[in-house]
Amino acid sequence: MSDELLKPEELIKIDHKIPSKDWMDTPVNIRKGMYCYASNPKSVEYVGLPHARAWNPLDDDWKLPENWKQIIHEGFKERLDKFRSFKVFMDICVRCGACADKCHFFIGTGDPKNMPVLRAELLRSVYRNDFTKVGKILGKIAGARELTIDVLKEWWYYFFSCTECRRCSVFCPYGIDTAEITIMARELLNLIGLNIDWIATPVANCYRTGNHLGIQPHAFKDMLDFFVEDIEEVAGGIQVEPSFNRKGADILFITPSGDVFADPGTYTAMGYLMLFHYLREKYGFDITWSTYASEGGNFGFFTSHETMKRLNSKMYAEAKRLGVKWILGGECGHMWRVINQYMDTMNGPADFLEEPVSPITGTKFENSKSTKMVHIAEFVADLIKHDKLELDPSRNDHLKVTFHDSCNPARGMGLLDEPRYVIQNVCNHFYEMPDNTIREQTFCCGSGAGLNAGENMEQRMLGGLPRANAVKYVHEKHGVNMLACVCAIDRAALPPLMEYWVPEVDVTGMTELVANALIMPGQVDRTTDLRGEEIPGLQSDDVKTEGDNVEK
Amino acid sequence: MNVRYMYSLIAVIVLFLLAYAGAEAGVWSQYILGVVIPYLAILVFVVFFIRRIVGWAKSPVPFRIPTTCGQQKTLPWIKSSWLDNPSSRLGVIARMFLEIVFFRSLFRNTKFAVKDQNKPFYALELWLWVGALAFHMAFFTVVARHLRFFTQPVLFPISLLENIDSFFQVGLPGVFISGVVLFAAVTFLLIRRVLIPQVRYISLASDYFPLFLIFGIAFSGLLMRYFSKVDVVGVKEMAMGLVTLHPHIVEGVGAIFYVHVFFVSILLAYFPFSKLMHLGGIFLSPTRNMVNNNRAVRHINPWNYPVEVHTYEEYEEEFRDKMIEAGLPVEKE
Repeated sequence: MSDELLKPEELIKIDHKIPSKDWMDTPVNIRKGMYCYASNPKSVEYVGLPHARAWNPLDDDWKLPENWKQIIHEGFKERLDKFRSFKVFMDICVRCGACADKCHFFIGTGDPKNMPVLRAELLRSVYRNDFTKVGKILGKIAGARELTIDVLKEWWYYFFSCTECRRCSVFCPYGIDTAEITIMARELLNLIGLNIDWIATPVANCYRTGNHLGIQPHAFKDMLDFFVEDIEEVAGGIQVEPSFNRKGADILFITPSGDVFADPGTYTAMGYLMLFHYLREKYGFDITWSTYASEGGNFGFFTSHETMKRLNSKMYAEAKRLGVKWILGGECGHMWRVINQYMDTMNGPADFLEEPVSPITGTKFENSKSTKMVHIAEFVADLIKHDKLELDPSRNDHLKVTFHDSCNPARGMGLLDEPRYVIQNVCNHFYEMPDNTIREQTFCCGSGAGLNAGENMEQRMLGGLPRANAVKYVHEKHGVNMLACVCAIDRAALPPLMEYWVPEVDVTGMTELVANALIMPGQVDRTTDLRGEEIPGLQSDDVKTEGDNVEK
Repeated sequence: MNVRYMYSLIAVIVLFLLAYAGAEAGVWSQYILGVVIPYLAILVFVVFFIRRIVGWAKSPVPFRIPTTCGQQKTLPWIKSSWLDNPSSRLGVIARMFLEIVFFRSLFRNTKFAVKDQNKPFYALELWLWVGALAFHMAFFTVVARHLRFFTQPVLFPISLLENIDSFFQVGLPGVFISGVVLFAAVTFLLIRRVLIPQVRYISLASDYFPLFLIFGIAFSGLLMRYFSKVDVVGVKEMAMGLVTLHPHIVEGVGAIFYVHVFFVSILLAYFPFSKLMHLGGIFLSPTRNMVNNNRAVRHINPWNYPVEVHTYEEYEEEFRDKMIEAGLPVEKE
């Protein structure tokens, strides 16, 4: 975490006083800690996106192509003609204000342009000027304004201050979705080379190596081999054997690379390995990882529809090459929005795959019969329901768990009860956060849609404030000490957020909790959780207290 | 002083003066106000309303992007939210119906506030929902009720509606609840827009203008019915003249009537070019009117085009040696 970041009590000055000056007359203030660095030209070039160059958001001169206004105007028009959502959302907002205080960035920063309605008005004002008669005639009175360099800078700043979480769209009486508007705005900005590096470089990495982190195939295997050793240590001598790029496997497993790379996601990755090992030993479950399709997430989604499609293509391509029956997807947020709402349309039909059936329970996953991709929470919930996992939830008794619904699975899919069912079957202590902060009303981690960089820490801490505040509530009320989630960006973004606002709470993935509770075949003397921490009450005999003996 | 509502207020006052002056000037200007402008307004409304809808409909819906507000349909033993996360057409119809008729999403509205120690909290805040629903329901009823002027004999559903509307008989003439509610609701929405700082900050002149205009319409309507006692028979005669395409002016219906008709005409003509088109747009909102079954039924994007991808062959070509060394299977040794 950045040293210069203010202390929590200094940062939290929730002031939502509205400035007296009209928003159109208030220029954007791009300041340190509140924005992400500009894209590295090499990354932009690698994937062949236009106008790669070195530029700095803090400079006056953004080195724009000469005809940038024309590019934006034509790009705008093209998108109005291609997306009904965009056209309708540009036209029908009545500015009722229902969305205004639903955005985590508005709640955290108090900046009125973070109200979803104003964020959208930034685009709408130019839309009215360029594409409507009333706007052309009446100008500013009709809420129209010309696209100037200042307006462009405002776009860049505020459309990279939106995590596309869709919370506002739940409350909008017309379902106007700011995510959709941000997606379009980012597409337009990308036409003139204005991306952020935290998106552009993962995109280039993913295109080349198959994953956002740029892990090459041999290194990917190495990293999983480390987990194999760790598992042997923490899981009582269990020897798991993951396989890679194996043709003829029944199922292909794809998950975000973030979980291979950094704690606490790594424990979720270890959880996958243990779960698959358990299922193989008990039921002959046959699954392979891929180094080529080694990324579930899709930062292309934060760049443009086309980039999303280019990166996503690897999933089906690899499934086809390996000849698997169907694809199992790991825990990730926006990955599942892409799979649920875009993949089949963009890169399908996946007619070379079979309709997914659990080889263990025989359950047909009817809801994914076309896309042929099943979520690990759906898969595991089905296993537990059919009593196929031997579980000892008391192994998670040292944890008091709450569940953070990730934005995309919640509002772009509706995966709400599967992870809850799983968690409640592997943990004895589960507490929900307040109703207005979970399920479809869940608050974003504040770092989604490519904003989980290091340089914008203040922005992230402020954006994550509503989420952290709800966690703090259950921490104080029930002693919650573990925040579970089904998203790799969450596992990267929530630990610093918790450390900042609620330092007593740690972050975990669902599958880590499952693996903690799973009674592995042939395990001996397994007294620690996946993090190598001793589980109270399970220590070896010499340190056992009398109390423990009485309990047994 | 906020220029945005001042512009709108001034515009409506100017329109009022125009209509008032016109009504007093003579039969020729009454003809313009009572016949020419209403016909033009209806023409503009119909033509441009349709054009707007067609314009939206022309843009395809490339992806199925419903905002899911409940549990998806998944394993058979997990209860799915058929209404908030519809997995069938029927669910979507029910969702849209509740959205359009009862403003269901607004019914979720919460208000965020800060309590002690900088702790944000959220509470249900239904005044916007109440105001909006009262406004729209009352407006609808008033419009429907006005059909009595345009039909001869008056259709049964309209008389029925009138009877219900004047259920609470207070003196004579019977008070129509809808008119009073419309007036109260439009006043509430206007005051809300001016007084709540956040809402004032986001409001444009085009947000105030229709409110002032509808305020004027409701006010002039109430005035005619309960105070100046307009010549209802004359009004009906003029209305029937418009409908039967034999338009003519009836003397002595009074200036307020012309103001009322002029305001309504302006509203109709303004409608297709304004945010009031949310009336049509809500039906076309892809986040609300789509089924969340994208993994079960493939959605077709009409402009889907092939893109440049990084193939496995290219990938292996770059990393083959390292892959072989690490013991990873390769296509070409």
